[in-house]
Amino acid sequence: MAPTVVLVTGVSRFLGGHLAARLAANPAIERVLGVDTVPPPRDLLRRMGRAEFVRADIRNPLITKVIASAKVDTVVHASVTANPAGPTGRTAMKEMNVIGTMQLLAACQRSPLVRKLVVKSTSAVYGASSRDPAMFTEEMAPKDLPPSGYAKDAVEVEGYVRGFGRRRPDVDVTTLRFTNFIGPRIDTVLTRYFALPVVPTVLGYDARMQLLHSEDALAVVERATLHDLAGTYNVGGDGVLMLSQAIRRAGRVALPVPSMAVPVVGRVVRSARLVDFSPDQMRFLNFGRVVDTTRLKRDFGFAPRWTTTQAFDDYVSGRALRPVFDPDSLVAAERGILDLAARLPIR
Amino acid sequence: MPDARVIPLHGTDRPVPANSAARPRIEQVPPAGQEERETGQQPDWERRLADLLAFLRRRVSGEYQVDEFGFDRELTDNVLMPLLRPLYEKWFRVETIGLHNVPSDSGALLVANHSGTLPMDAVMTAYAVHEHHPANRHLRMLGADLVFRLPMISSLARKTGQTLACSPDAERLLRGGDLVGVWPEGFKGIGKPFKDRYKLQRFGRGGFVSAALRTGTPIIPVSIVGAEEIYPKIGEIKLIARLFGLPYFPVTPLFPHLGLLGAVPLPSKWYIEFGEPIRTDEFEPSAADDPMLVFNLTDQVRETIQQSLYRLLTQRRNVFLG
Repeated sequence: MAPTVVLVTGVSRFLGGHLAARLAANPAIERVLGVDTVPPPRDLLRRMGRAEFVRADIRNPLITKVIASAKVDTVVHASVTANPAGPTGRTAMKEMNVIGTMQLLAACQRSPLVRKLVVKSTSAVYGASSRDPAMFTEEMAPKDLPPSGYAKDAVEVEGYVRGFGRRRPDVDVTTLRFTNFIGPRIDTVLTRYFALPVVPTVLGYDARMQLLHSEDALAVVERATLHDLAGTYNVGGDGVLMLSQAIRRAGRVALPVPSMAVPVVGRVVRSARLVDFSPDQMRFLNFGRVVDTTRLKRDFGFAPRWTTTQAFDDYVSGRALRPVFDPDSLVAAERGILDLAARLPIR
Repeated sequence: MPDARVIPLHGTDRPVPANSAARPRIEQVPPAGQEERETGQQPDWERRLADLLAFLRRRVSGEYQVDEFGFDRELTDNVLMPLLRPLYEKWFRVETIGLHNVPSDSGALLVANHSGTLPMDAVMTAYAVHEHHPANRHLRMLGADLVFRLPMISSLARKTGQTLACSPDAERLLRGGDLVGVWPEGFKGIGKPFKDRYKLQRFGRGGFVSAALRTGTPIIPVSIVGAEEIYPKIGEIKLIARLFGLPYFPVTPLFPHLGLLGAVPLPSKWYIEFGEPIRTDEFEPSAADDPMLVFNLTDQVRETIQQSLYRLLTQRRNVFLG
């Protein structure tokens, strides 16, 4: 059943904002409501067109009134985030993620009109450890439950969503477990990390990374909103990049740090306001994580347009990252050496 | 620009792998002034230099592919496998028997005895399958947790195609038609004292048999003779092992009192026998849930390996000369 009135949370961020813009451009949808605590940036607001922005905190019971009075039938919960608002934003982020979800679900449960719930979750719920299988399918549980941070938030959020699904079996619940986003337009911890001139890594470990182009992410949420595709799906690009390989492709220089010194380096990078890594993200950079997207392709009916490598390359060229090792100069150097070799008298 | 040629970096006598189409795209910068020169006249060293430079450029710019398991085919084929050649050919003088039992294009589970304090037997078996099998297949081995916890070792293991010993990974590889290698004795086998050499230990919990049954792939018993003598473990230091979280810290006649010199393996003569495949596709996939059948098959594989070990040992006259 196609949605009529859609409520999107987290519209001042990339995914929620651009989703609201796309839904607003869809004439089949009567009304699009965007909720967030801060107004979206001006260019995003302009894109959102006829979508209405409601400045509300989903932690506040006010959200119940919004859902009831606007006769919302589809809720897209896209505000669960890994990016804290500031250096002290981590507690606030947790509140927003977990308490916000609880409130939102309570409001949805109250409203008999709500038919569909789409939740943006993360593949971080699988954790990251040395005992992980090479690829996670949707049924697998994490080997080590993430002890804190975003991953734990997401695990708790999914728990509440499952509870909601049990109490309201008439609502189609779609949970999307996204791998890390990358792309020229999106700003995440990872995009800032690869923009560092010298990229700190964990000495002796090389993480397998699976990335998803932000446009593919948008397309997946849009598809989940417009169609009835209940279930839990892993969402990630095809293929794998090793962390070391990604750093080379971005033309950066890796700085391997012994694992004992990693927390210290993490603090330095954070206090310099460069990248704010949480411990579970550091574990990701240590061990990496790959998910199986068979169900996404077979049941959900979506094949990502960008592979992991293509998405990463798009990010590198879109951000105009100036490589330390320029590929062209490498080719030139190679040609120079061969040229020299060809002129040597020993032939 | 002419079509890219695939030239092995080390030695031209090696046949090009059959699965070269699956290899990452190889770009080649045409050497300067190639137009006026015939390729055949180009000296060998110059061509090798061109290959080497192209290889280095691809490595530095990240232009290569790894699979979901982190397997870096290019690095393994061009750098790591050639490094093992002297050890395999000259030091251990490995002889393979029955390599034709290993299929060329389908999945199979290779099950072998484990010994030698360090997993040199696994490395040599992988080299044998890659270099001496006509299809140049890669053996994807299942390693213990410890392997993936250790720095350096873990990333090296992933890059060479190894993965954690767990049924999802084993079944995924077998379904994909890969050759999977497993050493079910684990640390009990590799770390057993020298006096127990060639006595097979318990074969885990038979997880490997379940994986083979579920995927209907054959089990190939592999018997390795020679690896027991490379580091004769005559004792161990429990305290150091506990300190570093290792399963054991070995004492051999040369290690640790001779330091790094003691880490040089003794040059025993090796035989690796690949036995007759044991078919599992005659059973229903649900047979994997029948513990008695799994136990019986596990015992059958274990017994086969033990018998071939005894046979190979009676034929061997000298540990070092064979």
